[in-house]
Amino acid sequence: MTQDTISRRRALKLGGAVAAGTVAMPFYARRAFAAEPIKLGSLLDGTGALGLEGRRMIQTTQYAVDKLNAAGGLLGRPIQLIAYDTQSTMQLYSQFAQKLALEDKVDVIQGGITSASREAIRPIFDRDKTLYFYNTQYEGGVCDRNVFCTGSTPAQTVDHIVDYALKTWGKKAYIVAADYNYGHITASWMTKFMKDGGGSVVGTDFFPLDVTNFSSAISRIQQAAPDIVLSALVGANHSGFYRQWDAAGMKGKIPMGSSVFGLGDELTTMDPSTTNGIVTCYGWYNSLTTPASVDFVKGMQAKYGADVTDLGELDTATFDGIMLWADAVKKAGSVDRDKVIDALESGITVETPSGKVTMDPKTHHTIRTAYLATPKDRKWDILQTFPDQYPADTAGACDLIKNPKTNKQFVPTL
Amino acid sequence: MDLTGLVAFNVVTGIATLFLITIGLGVIYGMMRIINLAHGEFMMLGAYTAVTAVDHGVNIWVALLVLPPLVVGLIGLAVERTVIRFLYGRMMDTMLATWGISLGLIGLVTTLFGNVVKAVPTPVGSFEIGRYGASLFNLVLIGTALVAIVALLGLLRFTKFGLVLRATMQNARMAAALGVSPGTIYMATFALGSALAGLAGGVLAPISGVSPDMGAAYIARAFITVLGGGPAIVTGTGLASGLFGFIDELVSFQTSPVIGDVALLCAAVLLIRVLPQGITGRFLRRSL
Repeated sequence: MTQDTISRRRALKLGGAVAAGTVAMPFYARRAFAAEPIKLGSLLDGTGALGLEGRRMIQTTQYAVDKLNAAGGLLGRPIQLIAYDTQSTMQLYSQFAQKLALEDKVDVIQGGITSASREAIRPIFDRDKTLYFYNTQYEGGVCDRNVFCTGSTPAQTVDHIVDYALKTWGKKAYIVAADYNYGHITASWMTKFMKDGGGSVVGTDFFPLDVTNFSSAISRIQQAAPDIVLSALVGANHSGFYRQWDAAGMKGKIPMGSSVFGLGDELTTMDPSTTNGIVTCYGWYNSLTTPASVDFVKGMQAKYGADVTDLGELDTATFDGIMLWADAVKKAGSVDRDKVIDALESGITVETPSGKVTMDPKTHHTIRTAYLATPKDRKWDILQTFPDQYPADTAGACDLIKNPKTNKQFVPTL
Repeated sequence: MDLTGLVAFNVVTGIATLFLITIGLGVIYGMMRIINLAHGEFMMLGAYTAVTAVDHGVNIWVALLVLPPLVVGLIGLAVERTVIRFLYGRMMDTMLATWGISLGLIGLVTTLFGNVVKAVPTPVGSFEIGRYGASLFNLVLIGTALVAIVALLGLLRFTKFGLVLRATMQNARMAAALGVSPGTIYMATFALGSALAGLAGGVLAPISGVSPDMGAAYIARAFITVLGGGPAIVTGTGLASGLFGFIDELVSFQTSPVIGDVALLCAAVLLIRVLPQGITGRFLRRSL
């Protein structure tokens, strides 16, 4: 009987403590995040033609924001993510960009996938003075004080593919590329790097995104008999090129390098005989074994399921963009646009899954590590590592410290 | 010489491909005057049938050449019974309905398989034309197209079904008065056209990326070829494929795929200007 009473009293005490705790908890939480949240806007394509790439970038954005919030937010304030799915539609980019800048009044925007989408929203954020981070590997050259680009650019990647090809295979290249601004500018860079390295380009073909039959192109390449084929082909229809190339028995005859191959799920959906040996160069590969990189993959898999096996540079660059911005906010002690830009221009460095990433004050592009890799039975085999790659392409024409009013995209002159 | 051989082989492949992607649309349009805007999506379903079958370990040839026409033919049958049969003789309404079906199918496949590019391995290797390599699978494409032409001509010319079918197309009410049920014939024709679209999707799966919106890349060419061919379905489609495929491949090889497309379109515009009823509207009018 006595035993029973004590236990009841104990139970009461325990219950009281739990109740008090429950009541008090939101109070502590409120105190910790007393101020208004900092608003981070995100514009990415979660559905539609670019949904495959965009979905992972959206997940990475959420992952990075959660990570910052778990560490106590920024300046004692929580970060609120306001994300819109642009559905691979250019019109929605402009529409949601206006909404983020004028209605939601966000403090920073992270997003945009294709170069076309970036060029659609860049002027809107310039006009409304909203800080903008573009986190996709692209053709380089954007020079705008309001914009920070964290993805790798041709001087950091394509340069190494061309260099490797010149040393390993020979001096004659044939370029096949997608017929829009990315393909054209990347093809120009490929041509420039080939010529700089003492090689030559024996032919360049551009393909609209709806081309599915590459037999005439493959015949043309065979006729020109190059030592290497360089590809900047983009999208689902163009993936047929690699299959038809393999089917025509060209795989073993002429080696190939590509500036976009493997950014999607090519490694899991294509036959290894088609993918093996295509040389690529990006700022990150999911087979990197550095602790930060392994952590990132594990963290994403814990949050979104074990089938997250197709992470790539687009995702880590998104992570880099958010971390660089967070670091700048801490350094500036404010989310005010000009103060954050000043902090970013002081040469901020963060350690991320892709290694050491430094914001270059002159170009607003990142100085980062690049890796050369090739698929080997559905896994990336890292061939070479190039630390501290400078965005020399953009730097050739852009100096935002000297000319902060510059606002254009430079393209290579041949 | 080697190069001429390679280019000639490519031209024949291009013609065969164009014929395969067009004939299903031609059968449905030519015989029933129904513009099937879901044609590209029927091809896409054929390609997904092939992908799924290969993933489940079905023999690759069965997966590419047998299952897609069967499965898509059945789907076509279901579509005809549930939607199309209520809309005969109303061209605009059938266009709207089939467009809706095409959007629905894209959405459905995206939900089921995800918005990713799937692939089927190519079952055969390559061979040499002199010092140039060419894909052996292109021979499969050419063979499939030839078999499809011969089988269709045989079906229309020598079987009772073909006779009844032609009679129904020429004068449905007279055929009905003679004891034929036009409804059944229409149903069978629509299923046949769908099956041919499925076959095209299946046989093209190994050399193209299989994704939910792949149909869009083929549909415009298919329509142009059907219009260029004129009223005799098989002969017309064959001749128009030959003409357009020849021009497209040759110009693409000499210049670029963009100019090739432009040349194809110019040829189509000229052809329709000179022969508004298509090739078989003027020549070979009594062919099938």
